[in-house]
Amino acid sequence: MITKRIIPCLDVKDGRVVKGTKFKDLNDVSSPVELAKFYTQAGADELVFYDITASSDGRKLFTEILTETAANVFIPLTVGGGISTIEDFDRVLKCGADKVSVNSGAIRNPSIIGEAAKLYGDQCVVLSADISLIDEVYRVFAKGGRENTGMEAIEWIRRCVDMGAGEVVVNSIDTDGVKKGFDIPLLKKVCEAVSVPVIASGGAGCIDDFIELFTEIPEIDAGLAAGIFHFREVEISDLKQAMAKAGIPAR
Amino acid sequence: MIAIIDYGVGNLFSLQSSLKYIGQEAVVTADPETIETADRIILPGVGAFGDAAEKLRNSGMAEIVTKQAKAGKPLMGICLGMQLLFEKSFEYGEHEGLGLIKGSIVPIKGAVPDSFKIPHIGWNALEFRGRAAEKKEPLFKYINEGDHVYFVHSYYGADCGESTIAVTEHGAPLTAAVADGKVYGCQFHPEKSGEVGLNILRAFCEI
Repeated sequence: MITKRIIPCLDVKDGRVVKGTKFKDLNDVSSPVELAKFYTQAGADELVFYDITASSDGRKLFTEILTETAANVFIPLTVGGGISTIEDFDRVLKCGADKVSVNSGAIRNPSIIGEAAKLYGDQCVVLSADISLIDEVYRVFAKGGRENTGMEAIEWIRRCVDMGAGEVVVNSIDTDGVKKGFDIPLLKKVCEAVSVPVIASGGAGCIDDFIELFTEIPEIDAGLAAGIFHFREVEISDLKQAMAKAGIPAR
Repeated sequence: MIAIIDYGVGNLFSLQSSLKYIGQEAVVTADPETIETADRIILPGVGAFGDAAEKLRNSGMAEIVTKQAKAGKPLMGICLGMQLLFEKSFEYGEHEGLGLIKGSIVPIKGAVPDSFKIPHIGWNALEFRGRAAEKKEPLFKYINEGDHVYFVHSYYGADCGESTIAVTEHGAPLTAAVADGKVYGCQFHPEKSGEVGLNILRAFCEI
């Protein structure tokens, strides 16, 4: 049976890992390569590298870091942040990324999903969506959660999967950084709407939050978190043990 | 030295890095002489079967790889590279493979209940079959039955009979690894399967 994946996310700025609460107030945490090695040994099933650099110098540093990580870590790597063209896909895939996630880039130009899926396969294209509940409707946000696009979230996700997105990362802006658990109602809706793997992001504060996620939504494929892993509030090895004990398939 | 066959498909960075990491010299090559002098061959691949099979033939690599395998040189196909070793595939039409492994490549859809997601993406456990179940499989000497490896695929090898050395459960037992003599195929990605994957590559380098 396929196991539920635990995915640490590394937000990288100027070659260093940072983690913000509600996408603001960034703190430097550690070296991406060292963290990646640490997580792999602890039992992480996959890693997400998110490039939050805006400058071209920072972007160059990011690809260097990515290359170094991919040469030393042999589990799947997903890369996101600032991906808006096929050239961006090509750049990170050549550095050792296995999957590429698009967010604002797909909002600006949805056809990027189909083009990339055709070139690299559906399994390579991950849709990442920042979502918040506004007046009882789930809306898609752009630019790192700062701008309401007005688009209805479930419809947007369904459309992207139809175009070729092979996986969906659902980031709940409402639960992100709050550490009181994943956004179960939102994630349930997404899992009902699409048949590709869905990765839950935003809100994990403790081991029980992951257990609740996988128990409440058996269809969910993976749980993603950043700060709680970086600050070692949750050890991945403990989490994996707790999952196995709760009867959740874990590696 | 390991020759990784270059026929214009896929990204070979991780495969090369993983071999380097375990101390092996590996070159990505389409040069017949290099392939002939290599100790072993890896046939990588991602994408669609038809397109890859055509590229393999047009580049002359199909003939060279087949000849080397038939002469007894250890060969490992990974993911689509494994599928190309089969007799044929039914991915978007019907295409001929290298015929080094008995059987054909068919869609997972229809073979498993609808509630199982396709593509089959993620970590899944190996169940040994055939010569691996008899504890005679050198490829698995550094791993254990039940170890998890990383899969990404929508098609799988069917009707491979005694060639099957491992399956994985995803609504049905799907072929995970095959072998015929020193010709090997892994549906999963050993270069993305952590320490277990590296141990499979280590074992292959000793065959």
